[in-house]
Amino acid sequence: MDPRVKAVAAPKVLEQSFLEARSKLLDIAAILDRINRGDSSDAVHQDVKIGRIMEALKILEGKTPHKAEQIQKLFSLPYDANWEIPSPRY
Amino acid sequence: MQYIDPHIHMISRVTDDYHRMAQCGCVAISEPAFWAGFDRGSVEGFRDYFHHLVEVEPKRAALFGIRHFSWLCINAKEAENVSLSRDVIAMIPEFLQRPNVLGIGEIGLNKNTKNEAIIFQEHMDLAAKTDELILIHTPHLEDKYKGTRMIVDMLKNDSRVKPHRVCVDHVEEHTVKLALDNGFWCGMTLYPTTKCTPARAVDIIEMVGTEKIMANSAGDWGKSDPLAVPELILEMRRRGHPETAIRKVVYENPLDFFRQSARWQEPFSLLNFSK
Repeated sequence: MDPRVKAVAAPKVLEQSFLEARSKLLDIAAILDRINRGDSSDAVHQDVKIGRIMEALKILEGKTPHKAEQIQKLFSLPYDANWEIPSPRY
Repeated sequence: MQYIDPHIHMISRVTDDYHRMAQCGCVAISEPAFWAGFDRGSVEGFRDYFHHLVEVEPKRAALFGIRHFSWLCINAKEAENVSLSRDVIAMIPEFLQRPNVLGIGEIGLNKNTKNEAIIFQEHMDLAAKTDELILIHTPHLEDKYKGTRMIVDMLKNDSRVKPHRVCVDHVEEHTVKLALDNGFWCGMTLYPTTKCTPARAVDIIEMVGTEKIMANSAGDWGKSDPLAVPELILEMRRRGHPETAIRKVVYENPLDFFRQSARWQEPFSLLNFSK
């Protein structure tokens, strides 16, 4: 690990990022409101994408670290280690 | 600060972008072959595209003191046409000795299909045969984690691959260690909505350090920012990271990776320094 790029002190991060986080949370809230306001909103609630968004919000609520990585994996397709790897030809 | 954008598709950018990049300190770029926005119908279409990469863009870049390099391949989106892909791979050696070609790329996977994997392996066969550097595109969004795991599987399965001569691009929080822990270089792409923001890229640097990692704009015909690397520089400064660490990510690391190619030429600014 490069000691020159250690993380910024937590109080400073909060100070610098609070308004940005507030703004992004409002964006998500507004998107969910928009979905609820639209026609056929009941049908959309069966969509797996809504479920993923709700699961992602639960990750934000928890106290575990690496939340960005957890959300990336939540939105990822599963990997099968037994897939058929092609062979080099030469 | 001088910087290198190691991945940008200038064929789809206007000349003003070269001007602004130069004003912001860009001294060199590398342009991987990619999807044109439509599937090309013949090997001749690729021959014309490669001609553009090796002849036209270097001249346009040089007007602003920027060195232009390129990578050659048929991209994963078009690899479903295996027959055309093989014809293109067979034609690539015509261009490999051109003075600005750094290697084979951006090869990779898109939807992680069997045909994409076959053509990825055949590109690696060419790179092994000609001893070229390799630049790898990892898939987008929900396909990225699975695709990156599959790409690492193929790289590790091929004993000819030298990890220090491979860059795994478009890494994010869930894939960066797959690249670094296996000895590969990696690139973070600063691209709206579908990839990394400058802030998240700096978070990743804080978590994994500055070794073997670089940042690029991947500017292309989509909504993208050819000045994304300067945005990363500003974000690192805003957080108080020292100039030496910033310079390592945006300049020295791409330089170290590219200098492994026999056809790398030093940025014009370095040549002027030595005079």
